Amino acid sequence: MPEKKVLDARNTFCPGPLMELIANMKLINVGDELEVLSTDKGSANDVPEWVKKVGHQMVSTTEVNGVWHIVVRKAK
Amino acid sequence: MSSTKISIMVVSGSRERLQMAAMVASVGAVSGSEVTVFLSMNALSWFLKGKRRQAPAEGEFGETMESKNVPPFKDLFQKAVELGDAKIYPCSMAMDVLSTKREQLEPYLEEPLGLTKFLSDAAGSQVWTF
Repeated sequence: MPEKKVLDARNTFCPGPLMELIANMKLINVGDELEVLSTDKGSANDVPEWVKKVGHQMVSTTEVNGVWHIVVRKAK
Repeated sequence: MSSTKISIMVVSGSRERLQMAAMVASVGAVSGSEVTVFLSMNALSWFLKGKRRQAPAEGEFGETMESKNVPPFKDLFQKAVELGDAKIYPCSMAMDVLSTKREQLEPYLEEPLGLTKFLSDAAGSQVWTF
């Protein structure tokens, strides 16, 4: 069963949330998802850019009360 | 994945420049680029083992950074190595001038490198200086 893990990267700045995501990407299986919580708008733009560049899959990006929820699926 | 080569020369000891260099190194390295960092002049002594003090700010932005939770530049350089296989070289000239031994520097740094070798390795790559 694919799993989903939440990473709380709130209140840090670029590239903190991205680095948090990448460190955890190495630990999960293909098909699993990570949800990064970020208060940094720059990261909400930058994380999808990284995901596209290295070939993983964006699931969703939503903002709830100033917190970005960025969901990424490990594709390889 | 792109196979861009990025060569970064860091000579400044200011907070803003060290931070920006660390960001380029870490984001570049985890995005598939082959990253090489060369530390010389005022930048090198910040990489003495265990040195955690904040580098002096050049301006307002650097001062603001201290009050926000910006990832420390040394952590970003270390992540560039651990997550993206970046190579960080202390400049052999700067080590001689400061009488610094390899074992006094952070363990994630490579063996000292001379400018001649860095320049030949940097041929054909993007070169960034901070």
